Amino acid sequence: MTSTTTAISVRNVSKKFRLYHDRNQSLKSMVSRGGRRARFEEFQALDDVSFDVPAGTTFGLIGHNGSGKSTLLKCMARILTPEHGTISVDGKISALLELGAGFHPELSGRENIFLNAAILGLGTKNVQAKFDEIVEFAGLERFIDTPVKNYSSGMYVRLGFSVAINVDPDVLLVDEVLAVGDEEFQRKCNEKFADLRAREKTIVVVSHGLGAMRAMCDQLAWLEHGRVRLIGDAGHVVDEYVAEVQVDRHDDDDETSGHRWGSGELSIEQVELLGPDGRATTKLKTGDAATIRLHYTATEPIERPVFGIAIATLDGVIVTGPNTHEGAVEVDRVDGSGTIDLVVERLLLLQGTYDISASVYDSAIAHPYDFRQNVLRFDVDPGTPHETFGGLVSLDGRWSLNGGAASGPHLRAVAP
Amino acid sequence: MTHRHPGCPPACVNLDACDVPDLVPAPMNAVAELRQSRELLLNLTLRELRGKYKRSVLGWTWSLLNPLSTLVIYALVFGVFLQVQPDVGDPSGLKNFPAFLLCGLLPWNFLAGSLNGCMGSLLGNAGLIKKVYFPRELLPFATVLSLDVSFLIEMGVLAVFLLVLGNMVLPWLLPALVLMALLTCFAAGLGLIFAVFNVYFRDVQYLVGILLNLWFYLTPIVYPVSLVSDFAARVHRPWVLTAYRANPMVGFTEAFRDLLYSMRFPSVTTLAYLTVWSLGMLVLGMAVFGRFQARLAEEL
Repeated sequence: MTSTTTAISVRNVSKKFRLYHDRNQSLKSMVSRGGRRARFEEFQALDDVSFDVPAGTTFGLIGHNGSGKSTLLKCMARILTPEHGTISVDGKISALLELGAGFHPELSGRENIFLNAAILGLGTKNVQAKFDEIVEFAGLERFIDTPVKNYSSGMYVRLGFSVAINVDPDVLLVDEVLAVGDEEFQRKCNEKFADLRAREKTIVVVSHGLGAMRAMCDQLAWLEHGRVRLIGDAGHVVDEYVAEVQVDRHDDDDETSGHRWGSGELSIEQVELLGPDGRATTKLKTGDAATIRLHYTATEPIERPVFGIAIATLDGVIVTGPNTHEGAVEVDRVDGSGTIDLVVERLLLLQGTYDISASVYDSAIAHPYDFRQNVLRFDVDPGTPHETFGGLVSLDGRWSLNGGAASGPHLRAVAP
Repeated sequence: MTHRHPGCPPACVNLDACDVPDLVPAPMNAVAELRQSRELLLNLTLRELRGKYKRSVLGWTWSLLNPLSTLVIYALVFGVFLQVQPDVGDPSGLKNFPAFLLCGLLPWNFLAGSLNGCMGSLLGNAGLIKKVYFPRELLPFATVLSLDVSFLIEMGVLAVFLLVLGNMVLPWLLPALVLMALLTCFAAGLGLIFAVFNVYFRDVQYLVGILLNLWFYLTPIVYPVSLVSDFAARVHRPWVLTAYRANPMVGFTEAFRDLLYSMRFPSVTTLAYLTVWSLGMLVLGMAVFGRFQARLAEEL
């Protein structure tokens, strides 16, 4: 894949919104103000934003609420017009901002497909060619001649998505609408996205789901108060973003809920992840042997401390949280420096990015000596067991057909 | 979501070093964009037409019942009670108040319907405008085109009525079609202006309501122009008639009556005057709309 051509070029784009104090759109109120329109404050939604999206890549926009990412997406889609600067887009654009926008409730699904496709810029002939595909993708074969007002919200959204994605755009703009429909439909959507990416279409995504953004995007732009804070490789930008968000939380909250707390007489100096070769790493594969090593230092002798770790996703879901107490390992007494290992024979985490937190508590697990939240981040790549249909962990189960003892790759159906 | 493309470590974007060729030609002008959007215009028009009378029992019959009811009222009030004398068709020799009335009423209804429809077209499609890009002027245009369909049907019914009355109007229908096209341009141009202003000032629609009422009686629909010219002659103020005739709808009404009621060609000056008004209004409307449409998605 080459990044030599530019699909979207954003140049010095600024956009202000008017926040009206007196939203009275009448001539009378205008006259009473001496011919001026309602007073308003200006809100700088985008401030001199410039970047390029290389053709054929997936580009994400992240940032806090109000950082301007949706505004930027709407400017790209030409729904909003920036005050300054230009956005040039190479090729046909389709925007998934709101699915089914433009459906007429009284018209049938069939009529609405033609209408919506025309709005998105697809000619009638092309729609006819793709009609069956669109209907099948939405799974609405039986209801296609029913007025869409009788559709469930799921059917409505599915039809909207199906039309928008089948327009076959060169550039697809997506705003937080990926989570539509049931699992089955989700899977079809993901396949469609993978297909678009494989065909080197350019995709621009706005989302709050950092894990998904990291996995899906090649590059990310981090917007803050309408300006580009950081732009670059997706993993790098997410790391920086998460780091800052955590620092923010630490600053905002009181001392006991930062990313490190505890009384400190026994501290965790360092956390290491060792790969199958025994070397420190931040990249593993599913099924690898791994060791999580905590380096501790005690400034005074500590009786029966309890060491623990937790592994969490970027969204904060804790996948596992073992500790020495529940692991039936009694650490009698520590003094000075040393290490304690959690040895994992086969890492059953599936592909994704995870954070390790480490802690050491007193024997009753009531008083923390040291708690280090998200002290180490690592990536897991696909390995064995090989599972690609989502989830966080493999159960490492074995399939057995008709109660047979089979477990290998050659299952054979036995006639009953 | 699947994971990242394997084997393509994306580098950081270097903003300064990027040499961006001019990807897009200068902004397409409105006309070129409109031509590209013909199919969308067609689809939006069909949407208007199909959606219009859904769930009503009489459906499309309403689009004929409406002018029919107005016709009955006006014929009764002006033709019978007030004894307004219609012109005698020259050379057709026709003297029939309902026919005389319809030749002016149907174009007027089209204009009034278009202006009202245009003002609602942006507000009514706010959801669409905020979420999808397409040339926004298509919405008022689609409204006018959908009303053109009812206009055509009504004029067809009028033609049958005139044939029954003994007017052989068939050869005059083609020039009437041209006149309808001109009126469409005029209505669309004015409609575009009202539509976009109405988004910024919601009371434009009420203002237009009053304006239409006034305009209706300043147009010779329920009375012949001779009433005004007689008045101007009686008070020796010939400028009254000149000012009266400045209203393009006077010209349109007279031209439609010339063609269908009297069966003669309107004067060349009238036709030229109407052409200038129509095309000028269309160009002005598109210019005004283009100037004010940038912030539509925010103001709606």
